[in-house]
Amino acid sequence: MSSMLKKAAVVSIPTVRQALLRSNPLLANALLAKRAYNSKGGVEMTVRDALNSALEEEMTADEKVYLMGEEVGQYNGAYKVSKGLLDKFGPKRVIDTPITESGFCGLAVGSAFAGLKPVCEFMTWNFAMQAIDQIVNSAAKTHYMSGGNVDCPITFRGPNGAAAGVAAQHSQCFAAWYGSVPGLKVVSPWNSEDAKGLLKAAIRDPNPVVVLENELMYGVSFPMSEAALSKDFVIEIGKAKIEKEGTDVTIVAHSRSVGFALEAAYLLEKEGICKAEVINLRSIRPLDVDTIIKSVKKTNRLVTVEGGWPQYGVGSEICAQIMESEAFDHLDAPVVRVTGADVPTPYANNLEAYAFPDTEVIARVVKRTLHKQIGAK
Amino acid sequence: MLSSQKISLAKVAARAFITPLTVRTFASSAVARTVSLDLHKNSFETYNCDAPSLEVKLPKEELVRMYQSMVVMRRMEMASDGLYKAKLIRGFCHLCTGQEAVAVGMETALTAEDKIITAYRCHGFTYMRGGSITSILAELLGRKAGISGGKGGSMHMFTPNFYGGNGIVGAQVPLGAGVAFAQKYLDKKAATFSLYGDGASNQGQVFEAYNMAKLWDLPAVFVCENNRYGMGTAANRSSANTSYFKRGDYIPGLKVNGMDVLAVHQAVAYAKEWTVSGKGPLLLEMETYRYGGHSMSDPGTTYRTREEIQHMRSNNDPITGLKQRLLESNIVTEDELKAIDKAARVEVDKAVEEAKASPEPEISEFWTQIYKKGTEVPYVRGREPEEFHRY
Repeated sequence: MSSMLKKAAVVSIPTVRQALLRSNPLLANALLAKRAYNSKGGVEMTVRDALNSALEEEMTADEKVYLMGEEVGQYNGAYKVSKGLLDKFGPKRVIDTPITESGFCGLAVGSAFAGLKPVCEFMTWNFAMQAIDQIVNSAAKTHYMSGGNVDCPITFRGPNGAAAGVAAQHSQCFAAWYGSVPGLKVVSPWNSEDAKGLLKAAIRDPNPVVVLENELMYGVSFPMSEAALSKDFVIEIGKAKIEKEGTDVTIVAHSRSVGFALEAAYLLEKEGICKAEVINLRSIRPLDVDTIIKSVKKTNRLVTVEGGWPQYGVGSEICAQIMESEAFDHLDAPVVRVTGADVPTPYANNLEAYAFPDTEVIARVVKRTLHKQIGAK
Repeated sequence: MLSSQKISLAKVAARAFITPLTVRTFASSAVARTVSLDLHKNSFETYNCDAPSLEVKLPKEELVRMYQSMVVMRRMEMASDGLYKAKLIRGFCHLCTGQEAVAVGMETALTAEDKIITAYRCHGFTYMRGGSITSILAELLGRKAGISGGKGGSMHMFTPNFYGGNGIVGAQVPLGAGVAFAQKYLDKKAATFSLYGDGASNQGQVFEAYNMAKLWDLPAVFVCENNRYGMGTAANRSSANTSYFKRGDYIPGLKVNGMDVLAVHQAVAYAKEWTVSGKGPLLLEMETYRYGGHSMSDPGTTYRTREEIQHMRSNNDPITGLKQRLLESNIVTEDELKAIDKAARVEVDKAVEEAKASPEPEISEFWTQIYKKGTEVPYVRGREPEEFHRY
């Protein structure tokens, strides 16, 4: 990625909220109205600040934790997630790297082999494709290949999925890519509590963990519970969260799509159409299929939502696992995937809007599912 | 992590894979028996640094042990060759026959605190870094007694101060820079040596590692084992500049006669001193030669002549070279060397039998070590839904 593009991405930060408002007024309004989708609490925090506090707390707790990546130090982070950390921890532990993903990712993995606990930031996950060999072949496999003789306690993190108006090379979800790799754990937070609890869990985990954040969520505020404000707060990797209880259909989503799914669920409920249960996956690998199965047994219908491409995606995997589980016998309608379109992300606003799931698409699909019955007529 | 490394070391030692390091380090009382040998004046070529001294001072016992290590290593690789041809070793198998002086000369200049990482031609380094012959051969055979429990094979062997054994050409170089980064971070007065071949030297990430190592003055030494061919591609067909020791640009470098174990020792001692004293990274180019093919499936004769191989064997062999040195200097007698040769054969033969006697890994091991024990995912799927493991 050229430095010009990187700058452009940074300039867009203050406008994230406006962009959100423009591209998705329904969600933005819902969030601004502070509807109680998540834990109740008096304090609001942006996802960005939640990530920042997770980093700060874990670096304070353990000298071996350090942060490395492009612009994480003097620049305060391309998306300001690492703001203030250089001042607090100094250049030994907050390290600006050259723009060489393969090299600094490999270096971070090597330092994990040798006893440190690196947090390796990718300015966005798109650039980590330069380093995917080090993540998959070096980080994920060495513990197994060495018969358990080498550990790799590393966290890879950065914004994933589509941002606003940055076109094809900067708008891609990697959940399915990393989610397929044994040896990795993969988490995908949606709100501020998720972001803080999952990042802290990732840093403490003695295995390589991929943290897929979302740029468009960085500036969004959510209430934080008292518990989530504690430095001891962690969210167990591998457990999904039921964000909204329901009886008629289950909607499973991760990352930014959780917000759209909730919005659609509330909309449908308000219209008296159905009571949808919304599951926030939180973890891509391990996948908490037990929670989905339990929900499907109750609702008998399932819709998956993600920003990634349809083929071989998170939704595809959920479908397959449901087919192979006892939940299959409880389905009253075929599972439907709502995904990003099978298209490289276009730049133009109207075309881009057509590329990713939003509240309207989810509501439409849920309605359709409610009328479907299994069995040929 | 430090404590877990200790556990890992203890665990490995308990499995008797590791020869106690004391066996390979000489007692200080031996200093009295130190001898001085002169290297050939063409042993080194420099780039932005001074050459190491041509006078090598080593205890007699150490010199004899160098010979012994090289002989054992060659025997071990000959045994691997035989086991492969007997179809007892699967997949890829890359032998270091001809290149023994590099691993052996490095080891005598380093301590257990120093770390080494290399690519897939790793049997010799694993042995020098404490892996027992039985554990190496058993790994090749895919047995329970293998150094990686039979899960890694020829290309993936590790000891507490050796980070493998890596199969992706060039990827080990930034990993090694990371090990050096950790040494500096933890204030260790030690260095990490990252080895790669002339083929890997053109990988972009090698230069990325150079850059960061110099930028941050890491105690990293980059060691190019130039055996003249990356698989079947001659160095001058892959590299615009075959002076590999000069390719660090802003990093000084040293070309070393990698067929002379004493020159290797001297260069590595120099490099360690250089980088641990805070001067930053250094490049070493070891000019060496592999007698065999790239791997067992390569006869090694389509891209080079038999005469060339024969010439190297006759005139540059590292074992013969040291043998002559030791005899000329009256450090050992011909009979003593013969006894070492014989003992090496016996030792390796015994290890072959031990390795063969080891059973294959338990099927239950299939599911272990994907994640660190106690932090696994809840369950792992096998080939079909009813084949799975719950932790």
